[in-house]
Amino acid sequence: MKNKISVKKIVSLLAAALLMVSAMTGCNEVEKKVATDGSTSMESVIGALGEAFEQENSDVTFTYNPTGSGTGITAVSEDRCDIGLSSRALKDEEKANGLKETILALDGIAVIVNNGNPVSDLTIEQIAQIYTGSITNWKELGGNDAEIVLIGREPNSGTRDGFESITDTEGKCKYRQELTATGDVISAVAANPNAIGYASLASVGDTVKALTVGGVAPSEDTIKDGSYKIQRPFVLVTKEDKELSETAQSFFDFCLSEDAKSIITEAGAVPAN
Amino acid sequence: MKNKSRIIENTVYGIFLILGLITVAFVLLISIYLIISGIPAIKEIGFTDFFFGKNWAPTKTPQEFGILPFILTSIYGTAGAVLIGTPIGIFTAVYLSKMANRRIKSLVSTAVSLLAGIPSVVYGLVGMLVLVPLVRVAFNIPDGASLLSAIIVLSVMVLPSIINVSLTSLEAVPKEYEEGSLALGAKPVETYFRISLPAAKSGIAAAVALGVGRAIGEAMAVIMVSGNVANMPSLFQSVRFLTTAVSSEMAYAAGGSLHRQALFSIALVLFIFIMIINAVLNFFLKKRKGEN
Repeated sequence: MKNKISVKKIVSLLAAALLMVSAMTGCNEVEKKVATDGSTSMESVIGALGEAFEQENSDVTFTYNPTGSGTGITAVSEDRCDIGLSSRALKDEEKANGLKETILALDGIAVIVNNGNPVSDLTIEQIAQIYTGSITNWKELGGNDAEIVLIGREPNSGTRDGFESITDTEGKCKYRQELTATGDVISAVAANPNAIGYASLASVGDTVKALTVGGVAPSEDTIKDGSYKIQRPFVLVTKEDKELSETAQSFFDFCLSEDAKSIITEAGAVPAN
Repeated sequence: MKNKSRIIENTVYGIFLILGLITVAFVLLISIYLIISGIPAIKEIGFTDFFFGKNWAPTKTPQEFGILPFILTSIYGTAGAVLIGTPIGIFTAVYLSKMANRRIKSLVSTAVSLLAGIPSVVYGLVGMLVLVPLVRVAFNIPDGASLLSAIIVLSVMVLPSIINVSLTSLEAVPKEYEEGSLALGAKPVETYFRISLPAAKSGIAAAVALGVGRAIGEAMAVIMVSGNVANMPSLFQSVRFLTTAVSSEMAYAAGGSLHRQALFSIALVLFIFIMIINAVLNFFLKKRKGEN
């Protein structure tokens, strides 16, 4: 008889488990959702905004799918998410296809070198020459007699895209290392006295030296007034002809509100308005 | 009562069968998925351009998808790691199974198991912060992130598998063989290298194949020390492996694009490589079973 009970037990356990699973899926359907998709560079900004928004509206689920700017833009045009996230301005043909950009924040890309490097200022032209390989030694720039080691990000990275389009070096950079994360770039530059790299200003700490570009140091003020040239916008992408759901619209408004500014600053970017 | 216990017996049998089938289903699912998503890009790019093209430039126009640098890098890197790792691993195994006293043996075995348990990202991190600068200074090159650094990291990573499997097979060599050799006047070291090692050779071959499999499939550690640029492989150059080619670009490749499909094709190539290595491994393991 004992055995019979255990079989029953197993069956009832299974049934209970099934019920619970179906109950959970039931829940999801009534919940309010905001789905965002796109730039990985915007992770800290959009993550902080989403968290704050969820805290204010406990019934809302916020999702962020870090796929990259290009994918995010495609996703919003195919209605696969509410708001697309792009860390570059929309191209004209994307706008022609009925997409609308709203600039959420600005992000500076710092050009970084090792702390031991005597060079502290470069012009955009010099940076471009370094990355395309026409300047290969630090001595040509007033530094030590040593080969310049170029460190960058993998193709399609938002930071690389931003950096290469501003310096006009797209597809021409002769990298020595292509790393997959901002943190890796910073540690690689910190470890090699002759390295140069680029990274989102928000992530740059004391371990490396951020160069001034054309005499302008990257900071919140210089990014905002446009005098620091290597910067890019963080963009919310929506559809021109389609209204956002009520929840998505309230998140969108929240992102552009006064309250959001301090969150954006804390996450390391410069609020746009 | 008896009937009931049979029902239970059958139920349990059924459950286990289903669990077993789930594993098989996963393998099939992964294989079929990879083949279906990997073939189109190869077709579109062209077999020769894909496998023998020397340039990988998915963001340039026109796009180029040649994976020869990745294939060669993976082969060279794996070969280098196994070349360094195998002698060290085998000698360690011989020492542990035949010469070491019990205390040293348990100490070294613990160390080897620990080595096997270290997550690959930790290997990568230590490699990036210690090995890469060291290689840069030692060989006086501008940057230490290179094929050489990757080979060194990989050779440490394959050590545990080579040592453990060789050790097991060396210990399975019948005592009579060695005793016979010693009785005929051979010295202990002669015995180990002339009798024990040849007797355990298929097990050791399996150990090496396992090491190859471990090295070729490694992504996380090599991505951090190899520099990750799609150059044709050379010892002091920054290189990219098959594994890291997939993992470094997957996050950004737009869904449905040729670029993304090409990454699946690379995964398929890697998968085929690993299948071949597994087949070799199985061959040696079966041979060993036949011998015993």
